[in-house]
Amino acid sequence: MMPTLPDIQLIAILPEMILAIMACALFVADPFVDREKKEQLGYFALAALGLSGLSTGFLWGESISTFSGMIVLDSYALFFKTLFLIVSAVIILMSVLYVKIERINLGEYYGLILMATVGMMFMPAATDLLSFYLSLELMSMSLYVLTAFMRKDPKSIEGGIKYFLTGIFASGLILYGIAFLFGATGTTNLANIAAFIRENETVSSPSLIMAFVLLVTGFGFKVAAVPFHMWAPDVYEGSPTPVTAYLSTGSKAAAFSAMLRVFIDAFALSNGNWWQILWIVAVLTMTLGNLLALVQTNMKRLLAYSSIAHAGYLLIGLIAANEIGYAAIMVYLVGYVFMTLGVFALITLLCSANLKGDKISDFKGLARVNPMLGLAFIVFALSLVGIPPSAGFVGKLYLFSAAIQGGFYWLCVIAVLNSTVSLYYYFKVVQVMYMDEPNESTVLSFSPTLKVAIAVTSFVTLFLGLYPEPIIKAAIHSVQTFL
Amino acid sequence: MGTNEFGFPLLSLLAYIPLAGAIAILFFKKEEEEKIMKTAFAVSIVALLVSLLLIPGFDSTKSDMQLTEQYSWIPSLGVEYAFGIDGISLLLIVMTTIITSIAIVSSYTAVNFRIKEYYVSILFLETGMLGVFMALDFFLFYIFWEIMLVPMYFLIGIWGGGRRLYSAIKFFLYTLFGSLFMLLGILAIYFLNANPQYGTGQYTFSILELQKLNLPLHPFQFWLFLAFFLGFAIKVPMFPFHTWLPDAHTDAPTAGSVLLAGILLKMGTYGFVRFCLPIFPEASVYFMPYMSGLALVGIVYGALVALAQKDIKRLVAYSSVSHLGFVMLGIFALNRHGLTGAILQMVNHGVSTGALFLIVGMIYERRHTRLIADFGGLSSKMPIYSAVFAVTMFSSMGLPGLNGFVGEFLILVGAFEANKIYAGIAVIGIILGAAYMLWLFQRMMFGPLDKPENQKLLDMNRREIAYMAPLIVFMFWIGLFPKPFISVMEPAVDKIIARLNSAGAMAKQNSSTENTAKKTDTKKRMITAQLTEKGMLD
Repeated sequence: MMPTLPDIQLIAILPEMILAIMACALFVADPFVDREKKEQLGYFALAALGLSGLSTGFLWGESISTFSGMIVLDSYALFFKTLFLIVSAVIILMSVLYVKIERINLGEYYGLILMATVGMMFMPAATDLLSFYLSLELMSMSLYVLTAFMRKDPKSIEGGIKYFLTGIFASGLILYGIAFLFGATGTTNLANIAAFIRENETVSSPSLIMAFVLLVTGFGFKVAAVPFHMWAPDVYEGSPTPVTAYLSTGSKAAAFSAMLRVFIDAFALSNGNWWQILWIVAVLTMTLGNLLALVQTNMKRLLAYSSIAHAGYLLIGLIAANEIGYAAIMVYLVGYVFMTLGVFALITLLCSANLKGDKISDFKGLARVNPMLGLAFIVFALSLVGIPPSAGFVGKLYLFSAAIQGGFYWLCVIAVLNSTVSLYYYFKVVQVMYMDEPNESTVLSFSPTLKVAIAVTSFVTLFLGLYPEPIIKAAIHSVQTFL
Repeated sequence: MGTNEFGFPLLSLLAYIPLAGAIAILFFKKEEEEKIMKTAFAVSIVALLVSLLLIPGFDSTKSDMQLTEQYSWIPSLGVEYAFGIDGISLLLIVMTTIITSIAIVSSYTAVNFRIKEYYVSILFLETGMLGVFMALDFFLFYIFWEIMLVPMYFLIGIWGGGRRLYSAIKFFLYTLFGSLFMLLGILAIYFLNANPQYGTGQYTFSILELQKLNLPLHPFQFWLFLAFFLGFAIKVPMFPFHTWLPDAHTDAPTAGSVLLAGILLKMGTYGFVRFCLPIFPEASVYFMPYMSGLALVGIVYGALVALAQKDIKRLVAYSSVSHLGFVMLGIFALNRHGLTGAILQMVNHGVSTGALFLIVGMIYERRHTRLIADFGGLSSKMPIYSAVFAVTMFSSMGLPGLNGFVGEFLILVGAFEANKIYAGIAVIGIILGAAYMLWLFQRMMFGPLDKPENQKLLDMNRREIAYMAPLIVFMFWIGLFPKPFISVMEPAVDKIIARLNSAGAMAKQNSSTENTAKKTDTKKRMITAQLTEKGMLD
């Protein structure tokens, strides 16, 4: 029998194709660009992201399922694709001067960021466990290299190796979970898995539970949920700052986008008692993340624990397992991404030839040296705590309302207590910035691109707090289409 | 959609004048201190004038919200941009604009570094405070309620004294903690209203809509009342949530203490009046003994601790705990007299405690100490100062003829009607209040002027007299002729009382047919349990 090729609509992966091709072009062009002019490759990468963004805009509103149902293009996928493109663009804006200061201005840097972006963009679009796994690996592999990019810095190497080892371990667990799932249901297609579970009522079959636990563990590593978070602080501290930012925003958002797809589509979370495992993980994650963040003196470590805590909040949406909950995860992720990128942009700003700039004490009196930076940081801090008017507040409000609608009152109370705790450590930084005397030696490495990054992130954080309607609407719409 | 009777968003204008001023000042140069101060004052005066404009436009015979503005804002969540005022808010708004202006003038010499940020913070704070009193949408309300904390945090943390950093973050943490529980409460009534079983089936944050909810006492009103209680009780602050207040008040700069005591504390009591009573009337009746109990403990405890203070500012701070206890006692008398008195006492406390903090600020600016023991015999050296101090003290004590008397009297009448024992205990608080105030005055003003540092003290200057004068005028005005203040809030008060009475009647009915009520209650519970199986497990 002749094998028939399935009908493939390449248009569905047009943005990723553009990005992948241009990333390859970038690798090829790299040797021909002078070492001192590598930032041109950064601009090239920005152009690639722009083109890919244009094509994403062109596809807006489409709904295509292709590659034998392994890849879809729906508004959910488009929502996240746009988000990842923006994140990568901001990361590159942050990197241009930073990589020069840290003497890692190599062309591969930008190429790897683009490849990671391609992986991320496939993740919310994957409707088959295999295509999901491939995109996850594409993203992770690129990030493994990027974390260890400062190869002369032992901390970066340490972080890179830790990330690599835990990362492949997590991938292994996910793969193992996929295997169990395949064994139990005979398919890797998410919709077919869901149909199988529905028809055979095997919700409590051991291999299915095993698969669920393994997947939760694997995803737990990827989003740095307790007790799978141990890698995060060291990796965050060691990696080049923009890469850390990328890990904590892009990679985390991508993992969540895939997690939603897998758990909702395949496991139909709203049925059964899956939520009990997630409940425990969420509570541990936010509580431990916030408590450990209290004692940090390094900004990047502090943000590592804060990003752990935020993963805990995000899980609330998954536990509530209602339409609002899923939409809330999307809204929260958008806010989280911008506020976190903003803080990382400020850390990059402090990095100069003789200062790493990632200690909290390096922020001393910064608001007095430059009041605008102070204001920007207040916006980010408010948003991170969840105080209005900020994107973080809207996200939290939406998450809490999902939980209340689902009847998870205790979870809300725990989350509220955690938010209060988080105020202390975020505002410890505000206090240092506003109430301490400035360091004499502080040099701000301003570059036009970094200014753009800070302006954009702070503006969006504030704007989404005042007018979140478009994002909420888009999130609800995309959740409705794939539920 | 729609605007107010003027066809012009007057309330929005008022709320954002200070914000616009703050943003304008951001663009000034740091060195132009004179210009910054003058602009800040001018902005606050403009806001004051606009707030006075509200009075002729306000119909004090109507109980409905007036000058309302309503625009669609976030339709997917049912959030509206809605402003409106009734008599209660009108009083508090005018008080806010007056006290903010005074706070700004009083800072001219008291604050001498980082001038620009200081005035930006105060103006920003004013927008927050005004917004809280005007908002008719919970989302909007919450934004103003929270955003206010930030400038206050900076006021205490940067320009404060003593353990300013500790006090600033303590203030922030305490209030945020309470507010977040209130937020959960807000979300819960939002969903209950969307549930056709209890509400209109609409997703809305509109305060007026949600006030119409008739929730069963158990479990909803009971728990939601507690959630809101936590938010407001910390702000008031009620015993035992008051521990942030002495620290924050003592360490804040003078203007910060004035705004904190004068206005911020009122937000807690305002919250009880505006939200807890109308939305949870049955729970209010149910919790009345507990609330009154806490209020009475606050009254007596605050006064006793005030007696023991060595620092003038700390003494005034503890007197606030006691006075706010009176306000809470009045509110939870749940009758007309009590509520009227409580609202009037909110204004009175703003005026007289604000004045007391200003008085403390003046002497601190001159002597850089606030210990009572460092003073004595000042009346011979500072006659005007001691006269102003005396009037303010009497006003705070509740001497007839001054404002404090009217408020406390009405509260006591209300409390007496509710429960005679409450009134009896509250009277002890008044006596203790007279004791700590008079003793303070005696130790500072009379006796020998034996400290050499005090020999050179100057009396109040013209600026100081000018900003104290309006407060003194209000003390006498409210004390001698309180009618305009009472009649403006009367319709609004009546409306709340009517709502409470109907709930009270219902509560009585329920208790008389307790068994049937219990049966239906358990039935309802079973239904909710089935509906939210997960929730119950959770």
